[in-house]
Amino acid sequence: MNNAHLELTGVGISFPTDKGLFCALSNVNLKIAKGEFVSLIGHSGCGKSTVLNIVAGLYQASTGGVILDGKEVNSPGAERAVVFQNHSLLPWLTCYQNIELAVQQVFKGKKSKAEMREWIEHNLELVHMTHARDKRPSEISGGMKQRIGIGRALAMQPKVLLMDEPFGALDALTRAHLQDSLMEIHAELGNTVIMITHDVDEAVLLSDRIVMMSNGPSATVGDILDVRLARPRERMALAHDPRYHEYRAAVLEFLYQRQRRPAA
Amino acid sequence: MSNPAVAQPIKDTIKSAQKAALVQRWTPILLLPAAGILVFLMFWQVVAGSIDTSLGKFPGPVQVASQFSSLVEEHFAEQRKADEFYERQEVRNAERLAKDPDAKVTVRPYTGKPTFFKQILTSLYTVMSGFAIASLLAIPLGIVCGLSKPIYTAINPLIQVFKPVSPLAWLPLVTMVVSAVYTSADPLLAKSFVTSAFTVALCCLWPTVINTTVGVAALDKDLLNVSRVLSLSPLDHVRRIVLPAAIPMIFTGLRLSLATGWMVLIAAEMLAQNPGLGKFIWDEFQNGSSNSLGRIMVAVLTIGLIGFVLDRLMLLLQRRVSWDKNADLR
Repeated sequence: MNNAHLELTGVGISFPTDKGLFCALSNVNLKIAKGEFVSLIGHSGCGKSTVLNIVAGLYQASTGGVILDGKEVNSPGAERAVVFQNHSLLPWLTCYQNIELAVQQVFKGKKSKAEMREWIEHNLELVHMTHARDKRPSEISGGMKQRIGIGRALAMQPKVLLMDEPFGALDALTRAHLQDSLMEIHAELGNTVIMITHDVDEAVLLSDRIVMMSNGPSATVGDILDVRLARPRERMALAHDPRYHEYRAAVLEFLYQRQRRPAA
Repeated sequence: MSNPAVAQPIKDTIKSAQKAALVQRWTPILLLPAAGILVFLMFWQVVAGSIDTSLGKFPGPVQVASQFSSLVEEHFAEQRKADEFYERQEVRNAERLAKDPDAKVTVRPYTGKPTFFKQILTSLYTVMSGFAIASLLAIPLGIVCGLSKPIYTAINPLIQVFKPVSPLAWLPLVTMVVSAVYTSADPLLAKSFVTSAFTVALCCLWPTVINTTVGVAALDKDLLNVSRVLSLSPLDHVRRIVLPAAIPMIFTGLRLSLATGWMVLIAAEMLAQNPGLGKFIWDEFQNGSSNSLGRIMVAVLTIGLIGFVLDRLMLLLQRRVSWDKNADLR
C-alpha cells in the first residue's frame, strides 16, 4: 500500500499491574488506505479494542505510533470519530441534540446555524432516524440507538471512522439491517473505517481487508486477509458465492486452529 | 342501548365499578396514613395523661391544638397592636408637621415581641440563606473533587474531619468571628442572622460536597470518552456531560444538606438566642407557664412539618431539573 492514509508502526502498549508491566500489544503494523474498510477480528481479550483506542487517541501507545494524514496521533480528536459498543448516547439529550452536540463542536465557526441544522437533519436521514429525532435514547430500541451513534460519528465528518463492536449487542435481524445501512453509507461517503468485530460473517461481508489478531499477551497482527468481493455486496447472493465461503473458512481456520482460544 | 330499562343498570354497574376502583386506589394513599396518625394521637393522649411534670400534665393533642389557636390569636393581636402603634406615630407626626413644617419626624419601628409565626419566617429565611451559601460552595467544590483525583485525595481528610462536627461546637466560634469581623454601625443584616446562617452553612456543606463528588466521579467511562473524542473544552465538559450526569446525586446531597441545615438551625437558635423557632422554644421553656409545654409541642410539630415540606419542595425541584422523568424519586 503506497498511499497509506493511516499508518500504525510498531505499536505496543503495556499496562502496569500488581505483578509488573503487562504487555497487551506489541509490534502492531498496519497501513490503511483512504476509503478502505478494515475489520479487526480476534478472540476476546486479544487487544482489538486497545488498538482502536490507540488510534482514537484514548490510549497512548507505549512504543511505536500512529500517523494519520502525515500527522502523529497523540490525543483524541473529532477527525477520528468513534462508534462505541454500547452507543454511549447522552441520555439527557434527544437524538437530534446528541448529534447536535457533536456538530456544534466540530463545525463551530465553520457552519452557520441553519447549515448545522440542515447537516444534522441530513445525518439523521442517512441513518434512517428522522422519525425519532425528538426522542430520548431511553425511548428507542438498541438498534436505533446504535444508528444514532453512527449518525453522530458520521456527522463529525471524520477522516477515519472507528467502530468498536458496533453491532455486538444487537439481535441478528437488527444487526443485518444495520450492516446493510452501513454498507450503503460506506458506498456513498467512502469513509475510511476500522471496525472491531467478533462475527466472522460480518467481517467478510463488510470488509476490504480482515486483520486477524493473535492472542495476547503481546498480541499482534497474525494475518491479513484481502476480501476481493465486488461491491455492492448482496447478503443473499454471497450466501451462494464459493469465494465468500472460502474467506469465511480462512478466518475461521485462523481463529479456531492457529489461534485456539486459551481456555475460555 | 336505547332501552332505558337495560341501559340504566349497566350505567349503575359501571358507576359502582368506578367507585370501587377509586376506593381501591385511594385507600392506601389516604386511609392508611390517616389510620397511622389516628393511632398515634390516641397513644399520645393516653401516655400524656399519665405523665406529670412540674409544669402540669404533659399536653395531649387537644391541649396542643388549643395552644396552636391561641398562638394564632396572639399573632393577630400583636399585629393589631403594631398597626395601632404606627397609626399613632403618623397622627403625632402629622400634628407636629402642622405646627412646625421644619420639625424632624422619625418613624420608630415597633419593638413588640415577635410572634410564633414571625419566628417561623425568620427561621425559614435563615435556613434558606445558610443553605444557599453552602450549596454555592459545595457544588463547585464537589465537582472539582469529583473531576480530579489528586484534589480529592488532598481535600478528603479535611472533609471527613469536619463533617461529623456538631453545630453546637461551631457556634461559639462563629459567634465570636462574626462579632469581630462583621462590625458595621448600621448592619444590613442582623448579627444573629449572620451567625445562624453561617453555622447552618458550615454544617450542611458536607452532604452536598460528598454526594456531588461521588456523582461526578461515577461518570460513565463511555460518556467520558465521548467527551474526549469530541474534544470538549473543560467548561463544556462540565456543563454538557458532567452536570447532567451528576444531577441525581447532587440533589440527593442537597436534600440531605437541607434536612441537616434545618436541624442545625433550631439548635443554633436555641443556644445562641438568635431569633427563630429555636428561640421560641427556649423562651417558652424558660417561661415555664402551664401553657409552655403545649406551645413547645406546637413548635416541635411545626418544625417537623416544615422539614417535610422543604424536602418535598426539593423533590419537586429535582423532578423539574432532572432529565430522567421515569426515575422513581422518593
